[in-house]
Amino acid sequence: MSAIVLLSILGIIFGLLLGYASVKFKVEGNPMAEKVTALLPHQQCGKCGYPGCAPYAEAIISGEAEINLCTPGRETTMLNIADLLGRAPVPLDAEVILEKPKALAIIDESRCIGCTLCIQACPVDAILGAAKQMHTVIASECTGCELCLPPCPVDCIEMREIPLATSNWKFPYPLLNTVGKA
Amino acid sequence: MQLWKFNGGVHVDGHKRISSEQAIVQAKIPKLLILPLLQHLGIPTEPIVSIGERVLAGQIIARCRGENQDSLMSAPIHASTSGTVLAIEAREVPHPSGLTAMCIIIETDGKDEWIARQPLEHYQQLDPNLVRRHIAQAGVVGLGGAGFPTHIKLKPQGINTLIINGAECEPYITCDDRLMQERPLDVITGAEIMRHVLGGAKRGIIAVEDNKPEAYEALQEALEHTAIQGWELIKIPTLYPSGGARQLIRILLGIEIGRSQQSSEFGIVMHNIETARAVYRAVQRGRPLVSRVVTITGDGVERPQNLEVLLGTPMYELLEACGRKADLERVVMGGGMMGFALSSDEMPVIKTTNCLIAHRAASIEPPTPALPCIRCGACEQSCPLNLLPQQLYWYARAKDFKKVQEYNIFDCIECGCCAYVCPSNLPLVDYYRYAKAEVREINQENKKAEQAKRRYEFHQLRAEREKQAREARHQQVPVAEVSSEVAPEAVAEMDESARKKALIQAMLTKAKAKQSKD
Repeated sequence: MSAIVLLSILGIIFGLLLGYASVKFKVEGNPMAEKVTALLPHQQCGKCGYPGCAPYAEAIISGEAEINLCTPGRETTMLNIADLLGRAPVPLDAEVILEKPKALAIIDESRCIGCTLCIQACPVDAILGAAKQMHTVIASECTGCELCLPPCPVDCIEMREIPLATSNWKFPYPLLNTVGKA
Repeated sequence: MQLWKFNGGVHVDGHKRISSEQAIVQAKIPKLLILPLLQHLGIPTEPIVSIGERVLAGQIIARCRGENQDSLMSAPIHASTSGTVLAIEAREVPHPSGLTAMCIIIETDGKDEWIARQPLEHYQQLDPNLVRRHIAQAGVVGLGGAGFPTHIKLKPQGINTLIINGAECEPYITCDDRLMQERPLDVITGAEIMRHVLGGAKRGIIAVEDNKPEAYEALQEALEHTAIQGWELIKIPTLYPSGGARQLIRILLGIEIGRSQQSSEFGIVMHNIETARAVYRAVQRGRPLVSRVVTITGDGVERPQNLEVLLGTPMYELLEACGRKADLERVVMGGGMMGFALSSDEMPVIKTTNCLIAHRAASIEPPTPALPCIRCGACEQSCPLNLLPQQLYWYARAKDFKKVQEYNIFDCIECGCCAYVCPSNLPLVDYYRYAKAEVREINQENKKAEQAKRRYEFHQLRAEREKQAREARHQQVPVAEVSSEVAPEAVAEMDESARKKALIQAMLTKAKAKQSKD
């Protein structure tokens, strides 16, 4: 009898403790989704089919989306997410692999009519301008997401590849049979 | 004098006798000078001359971008001789990529007219910062090969040991050797100026490898006959890469600079022999860095020698001057261990060009095919940085960029000892360079993503704020009644006081709403 009483009392105490903790230490949002969000490239391009990087991260966590949908992040991002979540890496879609080289948006200033539509579309505020004034892209802030292209009524924005120069050239992966001892 | 040893290192065939007995000869003024806007480690300069403009020798033609000129990781470019600016365009530059970069092209007039020189004759009485600024404006950078802007390394921040590096451990290079033999006093004076700029470092050391006895003797004699006192001249054993900064500090002082530490944290700073001479010329002669000594060597030229070359001189001019052989096949810039092959001989000599090695077609061995790694561990024993080259190789090959960082790839100085001893002929350094470049890019992209995320979040915050403000206006204020068809100008024309009132009203309702929520 005393055992039953004791256990019930303990049960009530722990129940209350847990109930209190769930209110007191409530975590807003999903912390895992935030971690995944941090791994994404933040172009907010929507090429994964979700309206931004954070929604895509949530979809990954809820198991709704695969981890191989991020086009700008390519394989590196996929591998990082796989690493974080302990999931098996998934091969990228053919479309994703054939992704074009990195490019930045550039506005043909002679054709720009100053409609501000691209300014509203830019997720990172990288376009400068005002109504009826010429607009221009701040190159250092542009992520190359291409979201400014569709709203432009006069099609004056194009994506221009970043040219290869000594400043962004990288040493290539060594080819074993052609390179000998230095 | 006690000396210490560093781990590993290799004894390499020096090939120094090919050019070390030839006195430095002034190269003739070329017809064309090609001056890249980036000749150092850091930020490229911007041109301040226009096409068709006549320039004088020693005139600044490209300046550092930015405000605080003497703390920038950059160094101005000067016209090496007088002439006319012909073009500012992209040309091939000496870089492992073989790509082009922006250069200022000057057609020389052969008169070599100088701007008024402004030497600081009594530097001892001047504020060190003033002398440092003078050196920065003279465009002096590390001439040992890396091109680190010298004025950055001359900041007086508790430096107590100044080392002048005359090890010149790489095969083939003899320019520092000749300079020490022929201009010992210039080197010593330059070193003394550096010591003054550093706020009077307690210890001054000049280190020379023992395969250069003539240079050692010349310096010794000069030190005996000069008023400049307090310099230790130390002979160190010949072992590649004893000229590396960490290795030389280890040899001379027995101090091991830890991973991701700087020698300045230990109060030590190191400068190259020719840099000391450039400082001497800048301060005492008022002559900015417009020329340097270049070793032209190898079996691809008839008369290997050391030339004093104007910066911007195309390399073919130097090869001609040394008797270019008909079957010259490949030109390497830098030493025999760390140099890289150039894709063309039309590239200019820049501030970091210390040596050109010309090879004949017949003397180039066909590349030996690489064999699998047999885990012999020879690379680990040769690594002067105590790294694990074999592990780095496996991880770089597998593109595991997290692991290569865990194994301290960024401590690797790419000296090539591991590849030199590798019995399987693996191009180890190529793998490390590849991995380093990838890691750098990944880090840069992460930074960019972080920035984009911040900006996106702010963008959304602002959108939300604007939306709320709009709603508040619509509910409370007569402005809201202005239909959306009316142009925004009409709103703007509204009476100033009415607008202010509206704003206050909006704020009040917002505050009330907040209160009632709580």
